Amino acid sequence: MIRVENLHKHFGGFHAVDGASLEVAEGTITGLIGPNGAGKTTLFNVIAGNLPATSGRVFMEGGEITGLSPHELFHKGLLRTFQIAHEFSSMSCRENLMMVPSGQSGETLWNTWFGRKRIADEERALRAKADEVLEFLTIEHLADHKAGQVSGGQKKLLELGRTMMVDAKIVFLDEVGAGVNRTLLNTIGDAIKRLNTERGYTFCMIEHDMDFIGRLCDPVIVMAEGKVLAEGAADQIMQNEAVIEAYLGRGLKNKVKADA
Amino acid sequence: MDLLNAIVALANFVILPGISYGSQLALGALGVTLIYGILRFSNFAHGDTMAFGAMATILMTWWLQSLGVSLDPLPTALLALPVGIAATALLVLGTDKLVYKFYREQKAAPVILVIVSMGVMFVLNGLVRFIIGVDDQRFADGARFVISARDFKEITGLREGLAIKSTTVLTVVVAVIVVALLFWFLNKTRTGKSMRAFSDNEDLALLSGINPERVVMITWIIVAALATIAGTLYGLDKSFKPFTYFQLLLPIFAAAIVGGLGNPVGAIAGGFVIAFSEVTITYAWKKVAGYVFPSWEPDGLIQLLSTDYKFAVSFAILIVVLLFRPTGLFRGKSL
Repeated sequence: MIRVENLHKHFGGFHAVDGASLEVAEGTITGLIGPNGAGKTTLFNVIAGNLPATSGRVFMEGGEITGLSPHELFHKGLLRTFQIAHEFSSMSCRENLMMVPSGQSGETLWNTWFGRKRIADEERALRAKADEVLEFLTIEHLADHKAGQVSGGQKKLLELGRTMMVDAKIVFLDEVGAGVNRTLLNTIGDAIKRLNTERGYTFCMIEHDMDFIGRLCDPVIVMAEGKVLAEGAADQIMQNEAVIEAYLGRGLKNKVKADA
Repeated sequence: MDLLNAIVALANFVILPGISYGSQLALGALGVTLIYGILRFSNFAHGDTMAFGAMATILMTWWLQSLGVSLDPLPTALLALPVGIAATALLVLGTDKLVYKFYREQKAAPVILVIVSMGVMFVLNGLVRFIIGVDDQRFADGARFVISARDFKEITGLREGLAIKSTTVLTVVVAVIVVALLFWFLNKTRTGKSMRAFSDNEDLALLSGINPERVVMITWIIVAALATIAGTLYGLDKSFKPFTYFQLLLPIFAAAIVGGLGNPVGAIAGGFVIAFSEVTITYAWKKVAGYVFPSWEPDGLIQLLSTDYKFAVSFAILIVVLLFRPTGLFRGKSL
C-alpha cells in the first residue's frame, strides 16, 4: 500500500529521519512505535505532504507520491490525523465533518449562485452522513457544539470521524490514544477495528500505549534515531532486545533484567 | 425649536457624513481583513487596488456617458461597476500569479509579504497615475440630492437645512447589500465555508482536501470586488484623485485592526468607529453649541482638531486599541 524508500528529513544538521525504509501492507493496522525523538511524527509529516523530504521516495499503490501536497494526497485516499487534535474551532462538530468531502457542486462559484437545488440535496446527504459518523463514534450529542469547545478526547474522535466522511484507503493516525481516557480509548479502538474490517481501511498508527498496540496492531514497526530498528508481531517486538535497549537505554535494561 | 435645529445640524454635518464615510471604510477594511484572514499578511496595496478599481470604473463610465447611456437619477458608474470589478479581479489575480504566489510557495514570513505588498502598492500607484493622471476626476452624474438643504428648510421651516446627498443613500444601500451577500457567502455556501476553514486551520483544511490555490483565487476575486465598490463609492461621494486612496490606507487599516484583523464583523464596526471619531473630532461644534446653549458665546469654533489632522485621529485610536485590547474589539485571527 505504502512503501517508503530510504527517506531522509534533515533540519539543518539534525537528521530527524535518517534513511528510513518501510512498508505498510494493505489491510493491516500497522503500529509505529519508538522512543521520543525517533522521527515518527516527522516521517508522518513527510509521507502526508506536510514537510518536503530531504531525499528518498514514497510510493502509494505502486505510484510515487513523494512531494505531493496534502490536498492532492487526500484525493488519492491518504488521510492523517494530528498528535494534537486539529479542528475548525468556530464551526460545530457536524460542520467540521461536513467540511471534508470535496468535489461537490457547492464548490464552484457558478453553482453557488445558480445551482441551489442540487447543493441543497447534497448538503442534506452530507448532513445525514455526518450524523451517522457522529453516532458511530458515540458523540452524536455534540453535533451542534462548537468544535473548539469539546474535550481533547472528543476532538480526537472527531479527527477519526473526519476520515470516515470519505472512502479513505489509508489513514495515518498520530497518537490517537494520547491524553484520552480509558472508556474513550476503547471507543476509538473499536472504531479503528471496525473501519479496518468493515470498510477495508489500512491504518498506520503512532502509539505509545502498549496494551492498545497489542490489541490492534499487526505488524509493529519500531523506529529509533530516524531509522527502522525492527519489525514484527507485537509480542515479538516487546521481547526484542534491541527495542528494549532503544527504549530504556543500556543501563536500565540491565537493571530491568537484574530485577527480573 | 433650537434643539431641533441642533439635531438637524448635527445630522447634516456629523451623522450623515459619518455613516457614508464609515460604510466606505468598512468595505475597504473588509478587503484588508479577508486578505489577512486567508493569506495571512497585511496588504498595503489595498488602497491602490481601490484606486485602480475606481479608475477602471471611471473609464468605463466615461465611455458609457459618451454613448449617451444613463441610469438617471442613479449615477452611470453603477452600470460600469461590473466591468471595473472584472478588470480589478484580473489585475489582482495577475499580481498574485506574478508576485505573491512565488513567496507563498516559499512559505515566506508574513513580514516579507507585507514588504512585497508595499512594492505592489508603489507599482499600482504609478500605474493608476500613468493611466488616468494625478488630477481630480469627476464622473458622478444623476441626481445630486435626495433632499437639498433649501428644500428641507422650506418643508420644515427650520433654520438649519439637512441635505441628503444621493451618494450617501447609494453608499449605504450598496454597502448593506454587499455586506449581506458577503456574510451569506461566508457562512452559508460551501466555498465560503472552505474559506473560513482555511482561515481557521490551514493544515487541517489541506488535509480535508481543500485546494489552497482555489481558496486564494476566490479570496482575491472577492477582495477585488470589495475594493472596486469601496473605491467607486468613495470617488462618487467625494471625487476621484489617486493620492486620496493612498491616504485612505491608514484609516482602513486602523478600522480593520480596531475591529480585530481577520474578523469581518470587526472590520465593519471598526470602519464606523474610525469614521465617527474622525468626523466628530474635526467638526466645528460652534453652531450646534449655539443652539443648545444660546447664552454661551465661545471665542473659537469648538473644533478639537483641524481637518488637516484627521489622520491623527485614526493613529490615536489605533494606539489606544493596541495598548488596551491588542486583539481588537472583536477578537481577530480567523474569518
